[in-house]
Amino acid sequence: MDDVTTTQVAFPMPRTCPLDPPSGYAELAADSPITRVTLPTGKSAWLIMGHTYLREILMDPRVSVNRIDPGYPHLVSLTPEALAMMSKVNDSLVGLDPPQHTVHRRMLMNEFTVNRFRALRPRIEEIVNGCIDAMLAGDRPVDLVAALSLPVPSLVISELLGVRAEDHELFQQCTLTAFNRKALLEDRIGAGVNLLMYCDKLVTEKEEQPDDDMLGRLVVKYREAGLYDHSHLVGLAMLLLMAGHETTANMISLGTLALLEHPDQLALLKTDPSVTPKAVEELLRYLSIVDISGGSRVALEDIEIGGVTIRRGEGLIALLSGANRDPSLFDQPDVMNLERGARQHVAFGYGIHQCIGQNLARLELEVVFGTLFRRIPELRLAVPAQELPLKDDASIYGVLEMPVTW
Amino acid sequence: MRLSADRERCVGAGQCVLTEDTVFGQDETDGRVRLRTETPDAELAENLRFAVTICPAQALELTED
Repeated sequence: MDDVTTTQVAFPMPRTCPLDPPSGYAELAADSPITRVTLPTGKSAWLIMGHTYLREILMDPRVSVNRIDPGYPHLVSLTPEALAMMSKVNDSLVGLDPPQHTVHRRMLMNEFTVNRFRALRPRIEEIVNGCIDAMLAGDRPVDLVAALSLPVPSLVISELLGVRAEDHELFQQCTLTAFNRKALLEDRIGAGVNLLMYCDKLVTEKEEQPDDDMLGRLVVKYREAGLYDHSHLVGLAMLLLMAGHETTANMISLGTLALLEHPDQLALLKTDPSVTPKAVEELLRYLSIVDISGGSRVALEDIEIGGVTIRRGEGLIALLSGANRDPSLFDQPDVMNLERGARQHVAFGYGIHQCIGQNLARLELEVVFGTLFRRIPELRLAVPAQELPLKDDASIYGVLEMPVTW
Repeated sequence: MRLSADRERCVGAGQCVLTEDTVFGQDETDGRVRLRTETPDAELAENLRFAVTICPAQALELTED
């Protein structure tokens, strides 16, 4: 009998170009869109490619996002400490299934509406301009990651939540370490614990004095609903902080890199700034930075899909880039075309867990790309692109450092 | 053309508002979809079909005449 593990593809494959999904994925999608893969933990999971199957499986009520479930397709083996910390965030929103998920998502929904963020645009412009002022005033080259990509989302989400300005630095350091899969596991856990302790303190302060910021309003709202739980709100605060930092930061760095590497496309953006919203959608699609975790699930029952049976308890990964580069959904999917105007991508996931902060992310990216290339039109990389240190094995793709000059 | 929205399914992603904000809004108190009209102009059909397609909760339905 064949040893099953020798015939299974190892997943994830490394990115060979920072802007593209691993080249092996397209081949896999064409040959066997639903296939068993071996994860770095040695466990198996189903890899699901293509936009039709992705939508089907992520809408299926028989899949769970519970990260504590033994079948959940984690990419690293979790220590008991890491698991304990994960369960904190897990229980807040991202690891909940209906009906609990519905209750907590609804608590947050009016904080994340399109209109609320439209009103926030002037403040975000101020924050972005402040970062660019500092870049222009300092020495060159500048590390774009440290000067712009990280501070912008950090300042924005911290202000939204109600974090004190003097604590922003602490948050950046903690989230950066906690999310860096190249950092030592002990350091990552340590950073996570520090962040959790700070969130605990912050929530306690909001309990005493619920200010008119997101956390303050959530304290009031949960109390009114009779659902207030300190520990839950700490987990939620931590989730919102982390989710708002790392993802947007990496989109800023990689998006800037993608634009610099496609001068004809960048020229479009510079000549006609009204292209910016479309450009943001295309960069989200093209880069698919949250490729794996956004579509990771575990089956709660046997599920028939695309001619295979996913058994109860088995992990599955609906690959976001698999849908975002699906030729049946996008004409010439591997071409970056800022005028494509295609918002049917799934860069924010799909189904009931689709990113709640997506309209904040869109706004931040629009302001950043619009402002950066207007104020520093000669912006260019200070090192060859292939020398950039990539976060190519990270749960969220990005670059660790990106020296730029002008 | 008739449009309906299932507020029980809505997850407040706002994709419909981004697509056609003359027809879709979000309730300020609960963030869920509010239709500005249930009988939108026929000229909006293409946009509305797109909104139905991309709704992550499949909460929208469009019945065309």
